[in-house]
Amino acid sequence: MPAHRLLTTTEATDLLALTREIARDEIAPTTAEHEAAEHFPRDTFRLLGKSGLLGLPYAEEHGGGAQPYEVYLQVLEELSSASMTVGVGLSVHTMSCFPLAHFGTDEQRARLLPDMLGGDTLGAYALSEAHAGSDAAALRTRAERTGDGYTVTGTKCWITHGGVADFYTLMARTSDDDISCFLVDGATEGLSAGPPEHKMGLTGSPTTELHFDGAPVAGDRLIGAEGSGLKIALTALNSGRLGIAACAVGLAQAALDLAVDYARQRHQFGQPIITFQGLEFLLADMAAAVHSARATYLDAARRRDAGMSFGQEASVAKLVATDAAMKVTTDAVQVLGGAGYTRDFPAERYMREAKVLQIFEGTNQIQRMVIGRHLAQV
Amino acid sequence: MNIVVLVKQVPDTWSERKLSDADHTLDRASADAVLDEINERAVEEALLAKEAQGGEVTVVCMGPERANEAIRKALSMGADSAVHVSDEALHGSDAVQTARTLAAAIGTLESVDLVIAGNESTDGRAGAVPAMVAELLGWPQLTYARKLDTDGQSVSIERESDAGVATVEANLPALVSVTEKINEPRYPSFKGIMAAKKKPVSTLSVADVGLSADEVGLGSAPTQVVSSAPAPPKEAGVKVTDEGEGGVQIVEFLSGQKLV
Ligand SMILES: Cc1cc2nc3c(=O)[nH]c(=O)nc-3n(C[C@H](O)[C@H](O)[C@H](O)COP(=O)(O)OP(=O)(O)OC[C@H]3O[C@@H](n4cnc5c(N)ncnc54)[C@H](O)[C@@H]3O)c2cc1C
Repeated sequence: MPAHRLLTTTEATDLLALTREIARDEIAPTTAEHEAAEHFPRDTFRLLGKSGLLGLPYAEEHGGGAQPYEVYLQVLEELSSASMTVGVGLSVHTMSCFPLAHFGTDEQRARLLPDMLGGDTLGAYALSEAHAGSDAAALRTRAERTGDGYTVTGTKCWITHGGVADFYTLMARTSDDDISCFLVDGATEGLSAGPPEHKMGLTGSPTTELHFDGAPVAGDRLIGAEGSGLKIALTALNSGRLGIAACAVGLAQAALDLAVDYARQRHQFGQPIITFQGLEFLLADMAAAVHSARATYLDAARRRDAGMSFGQEASVAKLVATDAAMKVTTDAVQVLGGAGYTRDFPAERYMREAKVLQIFEGTNQIQRMVIGRHLAQV
Repeated sequence: MNIVVLVKQVPDTWSERKLSDADHTLDRASADAVLDEINERAVEEALLAKEAQGGEVTVVCMGPERANEAIRKALSMGADSAVHVSDEALHGSDAVQTARTLAAAIGTLESVDLVIAGNESTDGRAGAVPAMVAELLGWPQLTYARKLDTDGQSVSIERESDAGVATVEANLPALVSVTEKINEPRYPSFKGIMAAKKKPVSTLSVADVGLSADEVGLGSAPTQVVSSAPAPPKEAGVKVTDEGEGGVQIVEFLSGQKLV
């Protein structure tokens, strides 16, 4: 059962209808196959690009869709129900456009943003390093001033779309005390990606190291002022976390739908298992978790759309939605019993995919830390 | 060239579909409604012809107010404008009345060269409306097209039926009905969705197209549905385990069903 959404414009209604059609007909049928083969569905992103879905929350003058976050996130949610690799990929792409869109100069935006939002290219976001995960400010990759530009040296870790991205939004140290943000072309000399990590889930999405070996980056690819990189990175993550929350709700919804469908058909003791209160209540709790997680991210999105502060709400949404996804997907395996534990059904894959949502874009411990700091400030 | 596409909103084949108990008409509230898939192909074919020949594509739809969603889908794919015949009086119209209404609506448009329709809809499935519309317009009808070519003067199709494939040609104006083999329809883009909001849609009543309310609708329909029953649930199929004579068993089964 697709979620019944309260959408306030006809374009949002039609956009969600288009998204569902693409998700149902073009994405869902091949997800299991791609994930099993660890194959990244690059073509799917071309279709999304052609359909105008790779730049939804950005300004029309730069080729974006000028849609509120409330609408963009629901598109993301629907795509995530069909494929986490696609949902997370769109969320990462959108986040990698954020620094330029919000901190670039008018000239940089006019020159670079249309290609990034236009649908043919795919972005990545390069912040983490081996020793700088939760403690991102400890990053060591260096961008040395050389003439008009910079020379970048160092290794990034865990980069979603590593090796397949056309551009990388990079955080690098421009001095011992300063981190700066750059937009690096994927074809830059001296830039190379390592082999994909062997992951527990999200196996269609390549996650790699990214090596910068004296890679030249032009001075006009610096986004914002030198030294403002950490602030830019954290601001981008605030919005990115809303994306991960929406992905989590899409995944949880898919797991709930699968479990309900199975429970209505599967008979034991002469009756459908959904009629046993022990199981019915489990499903009811799953539904409650999905609905409340959706309400939480929509509330944060509406605040963002209204120009209010939403940092604390974004962390709450990420925490609530990804914990909900972990619980709902685990319970979906339970509802399917032995079948849920096999790879013949997607329940076990959903469960593996849910786990990473509690880890990236700030672990859920870090979300609690962010929420706690907001509380302490008041 | 100016092309009209006849489009219909139908219950989504992905959702459960029902007839209303009261008058055996379609229970439109019980299922999600979408632009009929075959009509997406008809729109696609019109857009391809427009891209090759120039001109305008107008979609003509008869249906309740809610059918404007199906019209918007066609417009977001790239059609230029729409005519929506929407009138309470139309409820329960049968194939003949529908064809009369559609032909009358086409009559309100200027210089139409080609009408494209789906060969049958996924809900009612009389499969007769395109031919009836052509008859009422007095135009040649080229039905069951799996391929369509037009140079702006004439139209030629590959007509596929149980009897085989034939090439059929006619001078314009003409009506073509297409099968699901005709093409793969494009997805609208978000740009198309935004553009559709600004495209002209004229909503016409039965009187606006020059018919009177007592010529259409359930009350005066030449055909009436007197009873209906849900399709019986599917029964489990026969399983043949091949223990050396599986082939024989299959032939016996088929001949038992009078299929061979
Ligand atoms: C599939 C995948 C894709 C990724 N994609 C990207 C990407 O595209 N770009 C990118 O830059 N990064 C990416 N990451 C990296 C991700 O953001 C980091 O893994 C994450 O921030 C955690 O860092 P870490 O792995 O070093 O764990 P650590 O920081 O070492 O954390 C280990 C544990 O310690 C806990 N911990 C750490 N500090 C504290 C504290 N102060 N208080 C309480 N607990 C604490 C953590 O919560 C965690 O449980 C990706 C990771 C994965 C797995």
